[in-house]
Amino acid sequence: MSSVGANSLHPSHTPTTALLEIRGVSKCFGRRDVLKGVSLSIASGEFLTLLGESGSGKTTLLRLIAGFEQPSAGEIWMGGERLDTLPPYKRRVNTVFQHYALFPHLSVRDNVAYGLRVKNTPAAEIGDRVDQSLRMVKMEEFAASRPSKLSGGQQQRVALARALVNRPQLLLLDEPLSALDANLRKQMQGELKSLQRELGITFLFVTHDQEEAMALSDRIALLRDGALEQVATAREIYAHPATAYTAQFIGQTNLLQGEIRGSIATCGVLRWPLDAPDGLAIFSLRPEAIRLCAGGGRQATEVKFRASIRQQLYGGSSELLEVDCGAGQFLRVRIPVHGPLSGEHDFVFSIADAVRVQE
Amino acid sequence: MFSRAYKTLVSLPPLLWVGLFLLLPYALMFAHSFWAVKDGLLVHQWNLDNYHTLFAKPVYIEVLLRTMRIAASVTFCSLLLGYPLAYYLSFHSGGRKELLYQLVVVPLWVSYLVRGYAWKTILGSEGVLNSFLQYLHLTHEPVSFLLYSPFAVVLMLTHIYTPFVFLPIYAALEHIPRPLVEASQDLGASSTQTFLRVILPLSLPGLIAGATFAFVLSLGDFLAPLLVGGASGTMIANVVQSLFGAAYDWPLGAAISVCILFVVISLLFLTERLEKRWSFK
Repeated sequence: MSSVGANSLHPSHTPTTALLEIRGVSKCFGRRDVLKGVSLSIASGEFLTLLGESGSGKTTLLRLIAGFEQPSAGEIWMGGERLDTLPPYKRRVNTVFQHYALFPHLSVRDNVAYGLRVKNTPAAEIGDRVDQSLRMVKMEEFAASRPSKLSGGQQQRVALARALVNRPQLLLLDEPLSALDANLRKQMQGELKSLQRELGITFLFVTHDQEEAMALSDRIALLRDGALEQVATAREIYAHPATAYTAQFIGQTNLLQGEIRGSIATCGVLRWPLDAPDGLAIFSLRPEAIRLCAGGGRQATEVKFRASIRQQLYGGSSELLEVDCGAGQFLRVRIPVHGPLSGEHDFVFSIADAVRVQE
Repeated sequence: MFSRAYKTLVSLPPLLWVGLFLLLPYALMFAHSFWAVKDGLLVHQWNLDNYHTLFAKPVYIEVLLRTMRIAASVTFCSLLLGYPLAYYLSFHSGGRKELLYQLVVVPLWVSYLVRGYAWKTILGSEGVLNSFLQYLHLTHEPVSFLLYSPFAVVLMLTHIYTPFVFLPIYAALEHIPRPLVEASQDLGASSTQTFLRVILPLSLPGLIAGATFAFVLSLGDFLAPLLVGGASGTMIANVVQSLFGAAYDWPLGAAISVCILFVVISLLFLTERLEKRWSFK
């Protein structure tokens, strides 16, 4: 999507002013608690992703912000104005729907003009802004087409133009890329990200795809069963997952169950010094944190162990190994492409990479 | 996939049925409209006198026009009742949707004739409505225009055909994806704007189908005028009936029938074009 330099803003990664504040929001449908006291604030110009499995409540939270549902408890504020008491059409929020929801009886141009028309914008201004929006998503040549004549990716672009033409303060995107095939999806991710940077509009993006979330977001809010599990930048949430669930949901990991006694952590055959009170502990150790050890000694900050190769999966740029450390302890190890491996080898990882997580 | 013999065998009964009971009678009717009656006997003498009579005598045109007026009123009234009902059921009835739907459809199970007689007992001079009006001392003698008038015919036909109008509109409304309504609100449209710009245009094919049902069915109705229409509420089908019966002028009756058929077929042709124009599948 081409540059729209005029109102270009560069959002900072550190939240400064909160645009949207969700305060203790709960939602139940009948007896089912879909959201349980969620509090979250979104900074102006931020790209925040609500990540979660289906049924985690992420779409419900989005619908509460858009106004299609009412919270059972809690409040939502935007720019110093209470949002949850306003009807959807009075909120300065626009949504890109999962299946685009383009009006089938209107042309692409009329679809994009819809929001301006219902607000009685002068005709000349409508024309200019619609043209600009269609250019932004490279859809100007399809202006006269009906949505049914467009491919999924093209409909996606129109849906985006239709929302952005209204210059919302906050754009809600409900799994907008889930209906696209893998290649187009990657391409649209890139375009979405650069569009968001150029326009400086706050994006609240819903997805169940952790890779997509990591690629796009300034921050990720991970939802689990209607409650926030962790809110952090993609790098932080990957490197320092707070819980075992987060560690497993975002990227691949080895969860090591063990205990700490006398400042020594023991997980099966692995042992390393750790200055922490005695007790049970779970550690997350990413597969790529483990390396093949060519030989020689190890440093004090590293753990070295010997394991036999059980399986080797070639992945083009890397290889995934499953290794047996003995005593029924298996670990996944991601190494640079190496060539066929067999038998026993020495492996090493840095103690700092074994991140202690909550259950 | 299927053999030729199988296909022929399967399509034969319906073809025979349509041929014997629809096309053949139409052909006979068409032929009759060019014949004549002399001294009480049908003579197979080709002529255009029947059509001449039809357009020369104002009485037939008058009845035909009145019939179309009544059919138009019925269409208008049943749309006025059927559309809001269908809209309410589809969008705002919540958990009571199934129940309300059944309530709308149930009257279709009651015989047309029974419903006709019901209106007779309601509208007659000794009827329920007149007794009630007098009981309230709003009138001192029975109001006579209630029964045996075009008004009564429109009332009864509206009652009978509203479900027929309701059903296609309801089906069209149910087929509107709900995210479209949300998208409209999301883009800043109020409920009224959403209705006028999204819901109404997308339900137009159903609306046209319903209106066509009401108009065409009313146009050919002869029981309602017979039961509650009186002399002033006579419709074109009654004229045809009497020409084929007591008056024994089958050729003139056939000529009128051909005219009605022409009106109905042009109308169906037109509405089908309109429905296609407004469908976006």
